[in-house]
Amino acid sequence: MILAEHDGKKLNNVVFNAIGAAEIFGGSIDLLIIGKGVDELARLASKIDGVDKIIKFDAPHLEHPLAEDAANIISEIGQDYRVILAPHTWFSRNILPRVAALLDVSMISDVLKITGDNTYIRSTYAGNVHATIKSDEPIQVFTVHSSKFKAVGLNGGDALIVDSKAPEPLNLSRWEKERKIESDRPPLINAKVVISGGRSLGSAEKFNEVLSPLADNLGAAIGATRAAVDAGYAPNEIQVGQTGVVVAPELYIAIGVSGANQHIYGMKDSRVVVAINNDPDATIFQFADYGLVADLFEAVPEMATLVSKT
Amino acid sequence: MKILVAIKRVQDYNIKVQPKSDGSDVDIEGVKMGVNPFDENAIEEAIRLKEKGVVSEIVGVSIGSSLNQDVLRQGLAMGVDKAILVETDKVLQPLAIAKLIKKVVEKEKPDLILFGKLALDSDAGQTGQMLAGLLNCSQGTFASSVEIKGTEVFITREIDGGTESIVTKLPVVLTADLRLNEPRFVKLPDLMMARKKSIETIKADDLGVDVSSKLKTINVSEPPQRKEGIKVKDIKELLQKLNDIEGIKI
Ligand SMILES: Cc1cc2nc3c(=O)[nH]c(=O)nc-3n(C[C@H](O)[C@H](O)[C@H](O)COP(=O)(O)OP(=O)(O)OC[C@H]3O[C@@H](n4cnc5c(N)ncnc54)[C@H](O)[C@@H]3O)c2cc1C
Repeated sequence: MILAEHDGKKLNNVVFNAIGAAEIFGGSIDLLIIGKGVDELARLASKIDGVDKIIKFDAPHLEHPLAEDAANIISEIGQDYRVILAPHTWFSRNILPRVAALLDVSMISDVLKITGDNTYIRSTYAGNVHATIKSDEPIQVFTVHSSKFKAVGLNGGDALIVDSKAPEPLNLSRWEKERKIESDRPPLINAKVVISGGRSLGSAEKFNEVLSPLADNLGAAIGATRAAVDAGYAPNEIQVGQTGVVVAPELYIAIGVSGANQHIYGMKDSRVVVAINNDPDATIFQFADYGLVADLFEAVPEMATLVSKT
Repeated sequence: MKILVAIKRVQDYNIKVQPKSDGSDVDIEGVKMGVNPFDENAIEEAIRLKEKGVVSEIVGVSIGSSLNQDVLRQGLAMGVDKAILVETDKVLQPLAIAKLIKKVVEKEKPDLILFGKLALDSDAGQTGQMLAGLLNCSQGTFASSVEIKGTEVFITREIDGGTESIVTKLPVVLTADLRLNEPRFVKLPDLMMARKKSIETIKADDLGVDVSSKLKTINVSEPPQRKEGIKVKDIKELLQKLNDIEGIKI
């Protein structure tokens, strides 16, 4: 069973990777959709390749699923499953450990590879160490590092939609509101190109002024280091790294970023990495396919101009 | 109101931990250790709630060997009132830790239980949520702000692409994001004072919890390195390489 993450209308892309991971186990695959007014979403999801059943819990109190209610549902039906997984996002990281505890099984976070026979590779120590773990739990509960698994397609499937009755709300918590950043740029997590800026940009104005033209011309999402976020140059939501978002775009451009462990963790699966830094010894160059030793305040505007010409 | 804060002892964040050459475990001998950074935020928040007069007692708990006394003393020096060490030499999984802390919760009866949202070593981020599940109580994870009003806790949570506000009932398990606060620096005299305070020690084996794990670490290794990159001399060359070698058309 896969816990699907969605906004009521669309599944988060990473769910397709999680389904790809589930296929490795070779059994039948059910997708769990918890939400409010998700008939249309369930219908769309039923077309996904390789999914046998869509299990839908549709109720007003599930519009913004609280961990307590979601875990209650999943642990209840989860008894009948051999594998329960989800993408390693903050959404699932809130819910799945609670599910595992209710099922009295251990959980494995952020699986990079499934090597068969309930054996997994995951990263620890901020990505500096890979551990191979074998689990003898009767139910395997884990989250997957989405970019490491192939996404399944969206047209071949014909899954059965099963409508399940949601249990009464537990009323342990209530949802009040959410604030998501509005942007014309592609969302960081799905972007093909990401450009990230560091503390060296010096101010919120400069961060914007220097990075926006390049991002616009590349159709890129903008990311930031924690140092840039802490200094108030960029909003929390765009922090790339261990404590922020993990991205794996086609092209990642690190601009004035030193290359701390915790930042590398969030971008090292990018296909091509470019670093622009004026310090030839900066750690980031060890992780870059192409490094340019230059002053970012000159190089980035030049790049923006050259890109717009092509 | 009483708070329990869980404190983990982990490697310093600047240190790049390496696997042992036989791949049996990581090599942390001689590595600088301290309080998990996210747990420092949890401790700080507990102290601020006490300073606001909402909380009367802060109990810190750590699970591990006698070496963990140092992180408990760090907590005491910051402002924790009482420290409990659940002593064990075993390396435990989050589920076992949650079960042990549940025993401490049953004894101490805190209204609020604070964790860091993840630990720098195992990077699992499970224990707080697991404890909340075992206690069947509310949870507020990845908290970047916490406010207590009567019997309700108002929490801002860091979520994918933004933040979310929820209100939970007490008792509640919270896990701290780094943005929750700026932990205070410990002053030397406070650390000296903390050295003199006693630490209540409970043997994990005496708590009657099955801590055996069905997860076995088969080996640890260094992650595969990226192939070595090249330096380009200017933007023109960069764009040309991206186009010619990588097939990235920009
Ligand atoms: C528990 C914990 C979690 C963390 N999580 C994260 C995380 O998720 N994400 C994250 O990013 N960080 C995280 N950090 C912080 C991390 O350790 C680093 O401090 C941070 O990534 C550094 O950001 P930076 O590269 O912008 O700044 P710095 O390290 O200050 O680097 C600035 C870089 O800019 C270069 N530079 C300066 N001027 C110019 C110029 N004119 N042109 C070109 N280059 C220039 C410098 O050579 C330098 O390399 C975490 C830290 C802790 C303790």
